Amino acid sequence: MNTYLPNDDLPKHEPLEPGLISGSRLERVLKAGKFAVTAELNPPDSADPDDVYEAARPLGEVADALNATDASGANCHMSSIGICSLLTRAGYGTVYQISCRDRNRIAIQGDVLGAAAMGVRNVLCLTGDGVGAGDQPGAKPVFDFDSLSLLRTIRTMRDDGVFLSGRKIKTPPRLFLGAAENPCIEPHDWRPIRLGKKIDAGADFIQTNYVFDMPVFENFMRRVRDLGFDKRVFILVGVGPLASAKAARWMRSNVPGIHIPDSVIDRMEKAKKPAEEGKRICIELIQQIRGIEGVSGIHVMAYRREHQVSEIVLESGILKGRAVSDKARL
Amino acid sequence: MYRIRLFSVRHARAFEWIYKRVENMMVLMDPVFAKIGYNRVEKPIALLERGVKGLLFDCQMCGQCVLSSTGMSCPMNCPKQLRNGPCGGVRPGGYCEVKPQMKCVWCQAWEGADRMRENTRIHDVLPPVDRRLQGSSSWLRVSREKAAELRESRNAGKTAVAKAFSEARKIEPATAPLVPEPKNAVDREVRKT
Repeated sequence: MNTYLPNDDLPKHEPLEPGLISGSRLERVLKAGKFAVTAELNPPDSADPDDVYEAARPLGEVADALNATDASGANCHMSSIGICSLLTRAGYGTVYQISCRDRNRIAIQGDVLGAAAMGVRNVLCLTGDGVGAGDQPGAKPVFDFDSLSLLRTIRTMRDDGVFLSGRKIKTPPRLFLGAAENPCIEPHDWRPIRLGKKIDAGADFIQTNYVFDMPVFENFMRRVRDLGFDKRVFILVGVGPLASAKAARWMRSNVPGIHIPDSVIDRMEKAKKPAEEGKRICIELIQQIRGIEGVSGIHVMAYRREHQVSEIVLESGILKGRAVSDKARL
Repeated sequence: MYRIRLFSVRHARAFEWIYKRVENMMVLMDPVFAKIGYNRVEKPIALLERGVKGLLFDCQMCGQCVLSSTGMSCPMNCPKQLRNGPCGGVRPGGYCEVKPQMKCVWCQAWEGADRMRENTRIHDVLPPVDRRLQGSSSWLRVSREKAAELRESRNAGKTAVAKAFSEARKIEPATAPLVPEPKNAVDREVRKT
């Protein structure tokens, strides 16, 4: 016997039930018609695995999968693939975020295989924020792929079992493919069509950026339903609690792609306890989003407010009728 | 020039028409180019292409021109060089995330595409850029590819089976092949040995 084989319980490549592509918990929940919850994990600036587990614990109680960001905002943190590897071993469902900013097609295709081998079953394909937004603006931007050519490439690896070069992959990765959408920013008229393009490129699910502007989002969804896209892809809508009016203003002007209407900021400004108000706004938004036809779940991004995530999800009532104890476990 | 680039997008329909004509001419020239040798014409045509498209579209000579699918707004001017639509960082008013003083190349692209006759080409997913082709002539590449395609469709009229079953040729080309068959594919005796 080969003594170098580690004896751990990594998920093995066993046959899948019909109708499933990856067998991930997120895929099962969505395909069973339940309202799914994913949550973004704040990646540590640390080499200690305990820091990852600590960040995951409060989110794991209520989320079907945890998103590990890939240097979001072009800021350096522990890598997405490292976090996903640790968390899948600990039994969490993960979404491996891949940004096109930092790696070329050779690195990305290799990482996809590596991640799949480590038990990752969900991938989110992103363009990535420009390097100028982050802590190392002197870095070389790569952008070899864009999010759509990345989606199509991973779909080709999964479904046709070949790299983009045509070279054969012995055991293709089993992945549930995600893409991002930003429904509340320009060009408004073409955002739904771009969503359709992402479905054509290979997206199985969509996670949107923050939605704070319900009228704009409802318009977007109306168009998406008219085009029939809600039947072809699962849409998880991005939400999160604001900490204060000042923080909201800062986000709006410094984080790329975030639209917060003045009415929301006014409400934060007038509140006596801004953090409580931020939580209440988030819960109200979730309840409104829950009622929109064509929405399959929410994606909670609570940067530095992770302690509120569990309360927000439970108080919103979207998990009613579902066991919470087994959440985020594979 | 930024302002000429915006002008070109505003007149995307006219440029679409001109582009079609140029393309047809280039395809017609294929036998001439082939005779002279594509490697000989590459340099002068690439130089001409760089001058014309550089002026009109701020062309970066990626070698795989997709202007007809992007509303005559060159996607290589996007700081992220996206080939399939705007990123999620577009600023209010349709300005670029990375260069806030510049209009988003992809917001422009959709506007340009809306003005064009073939306004749904922008919906198709495009592959990543082949970086080896940087600096080479895209016009000649299109001319070669289209001419090859045309040759095939012209040949399609030449064999009786392919002519009689022209729809089959489109959906199941193996049922009415045109390419010369290798000897062991058609001769059962040869295949046995």
